[in-house]
Amino acid sequence: MDLMNILHIAWRALSRNKLRSGLTMLGVIIGVGAVIAMVGVGQGASQAVQQQIAAMGSNVVFVASGTVNRGGLRLGWGQTKSLLYDDMRAIVRECPAVRAAAPGAMTTAQIVFSNDNWFTNVQGTEPQYFEIRNWTFAEGVPFTQADADAAANLAVIGNTVRQNLFGANDPEGKTIRIKDLPFRVVGVLNAKGESAHMGQDQDDVIFVPITTLQKKLTGDTWLRFIMVSAVSRQASYAAQQEITELLRDRHRIRPGQDDDFMVRNLADIAQLADQSSRVMTLLLASIASVSLIVGGIGIMNIMLVSVTERTREVGIRMAVGATEEDVQRQFLIEAVVLSLMGGAAGILFGVGASLLITRLLGWAVLISPVAIAVAALFSAAVGIFFGFYPARKAAHLDPIEALRFE
Amino acid sequence: MQIALSTLTQTASQADASRSPSELIRVEDAHKYYELGETRVHALRGVSVTISRGEFVAIMGASGSGKSTFMNLLGCLDRPSSGRYLLEGTDVSQLDKKALAAIRNRKLGFVFQGFNLLSRTTALENVELPTLYAQLNKEERLQRAREALRTVGLEDRMDHFPSQLSGGQQQRVAIARALVNRPSILLADEPTGNLDSRTSVEIMDVFQALNDKGLTIVLVTHEPDISRFAKRTLLFRDGKIRRDELVAERPRAAEVLKALPKVED
Repeated sequence: MDLMNILHIAWRALSRNKLRSGLTMLGVIIGVGAVIAMVGVGQGASQAVQQQIAAMGSNVVFVASGTVNRGGLRLGWGQTKSLLYDDMRAIVRECPAVRAAAPGAMTTAQIVFSNDNWFTNVQGTEPQYFEIRNWTFAEGVPFTQADADAAANLAVIGNTVRQNLFGANDPEGKTIRIKDLPFRVVGVLNAKGESAHMGQDQDDVIFVPITTLQKKLTGDTWLRFIMVSAVSRQASYAAQQEITELLRDRHRIRPGQDDDFMVRNLADIAQLADQSSRVMTLLLASIASVSLIVGGIGIMNIMLVSVTERTREVGIRMAVGATEEDVQRQFLIEAVVLSLMGGAAGILFGVGASLLITRLLGWAVLISPVAIAVAALFSAAVGIFFGFYPARKAAHLDPIEALRFE
Repeated sequence: MQIALSTLTQTASQADASRSPSELIRVEDAHKYYELGETRVHALRGVSVTISRGEFVAIMGASGSGKSTFMNLLGCLDRPSSGRYLLEGTDVSQLDKKALAAIRNRKLGFVFQGFNLLSRTTALENVELPTLYAQLNKEERLQRAREALRTVGLEDRMDHFPSQLSGGQQQRVAIARALVNRPSILLADEPTGNLDSRTSVEIMDVFQALNDKGLTIVLVTHEPDISRFAKRTLLFRDGKIRRDELVAERPRAAEVLKALPKVED
């Protein structure tokens, strides 16, 4: 018996009990749909994280002042006062894998512009910082290295600060006051959104030259961090290594002693984030798969009922020359048709659900063709797996008994 | 199917030379036991019979006499526990299930007491069913199915469902289905058991007409009125053939029908 005939018979048998077939399919529809939507949510989240990390610059190496252990009292990261501007200069000078570096020190301050004021982070840095972080300007330009060397009162403001302080006004060239000192706004940064690993608003910040911050605002000479750009993504690991060795040497840390700084590679952070979102995707997919298995059990159940109901039909078919293989193939294909149709509807359902999630919750949902292909294959596999036993049962019926079955 | 058929021809070539060319069925000392828990049921206790091409045999016997078991054996639905069954010279008792299915498909046609048509399937499609397992193309299948329905006089009922047909018509569809693969033997198990007497004679008329054209027919019945339409009767009792005789003064069903009063509705 050729495939067209088998499909025809299968179709007819299934359409004979439309409600029953529909309800059985519903299990697979929900299962496949859930898998696609959940994998879509997971992959969408993963992609969003990757994009955010890429936006930070993937070959970025982040050096921060470290923890310190003072008589049992352990302070957090960024508490030691060992990281200096000269360290940064040395990194640029002596590490071949490093392309550029920018210093970072910060304070918080109440910023005033005419009648408005806003409490925010003030970060001291140098112009390379914006380049290292791939941070583009909405308006104006960064202050220059010469401005930085001269400790000029210039400021670059983040998008959040701009919105809170200026509203509809054009901030460029305006003078704001930071701790009662006047600063001229030279540039406004484009919005970067929340940071991937900390969830803080990266746009709620004002940048001033590092020298200005150190001399006029904080009076400190140490740095909180150094933002380093490696020559390539691959080189970021080498840069991490070189910086660690250099700083241990400069800070005279003996072998076996802990670093008083930390070096983080954004490629590592990206990998970590990727790993965690992959775990999440897997978790979501496996939860969704459970419903697919439940759907499969539904198919098996209905196929068993169908075999019992059609015992006589099986007997007739065998009497007129159907082999066991013929009977088995017929019931198996019926189960596969059922699960594949459920799978196809499930794909539509899953894509629809994904679009709805994007629409209602604003989550990025990534519908990958791979997930759809896997779902389709998986639903066929469910049909074969759960259809096998009922089909086998039908094939092993004794034709004499089957013909007598009432 | 291909394998099965080649097995058939192979075995046929090795057939014993002693049999006459007209010999179709030869059963030699067939026994059949069933194990029912502790007890063993002895359904056939050494049956030997030869049926030639063109015969019309009625198998008679009370229930439990072994006639149904014997029929299942002839129909290749079952295999003897011991003994031999040669069909056209092939020892069928040695074949596997797949080969038996091929024989049922090509060489045998079944007619049952309960018609056993697929419901919600048209007469034509019911008749077409055996051809689906015979690897024929669509055109050939339809042509054969139509031809078979014409043979039993149902050419104007092809698209009717079994529920739209009378008992006699349903049995004719079943006969057409049995004929569609042009079998060597037609096996009928109580074909008139569910029919009234007039319709029974009508069915016997169909059988006689088919037999006249050379088709070998083996029929199981417990009604003596029906068995006399055959040419030969075998009487089964306690798993053995007790009597094997030719029918004297065999009536023609067509003549009997003329004599029967026509029942309106």
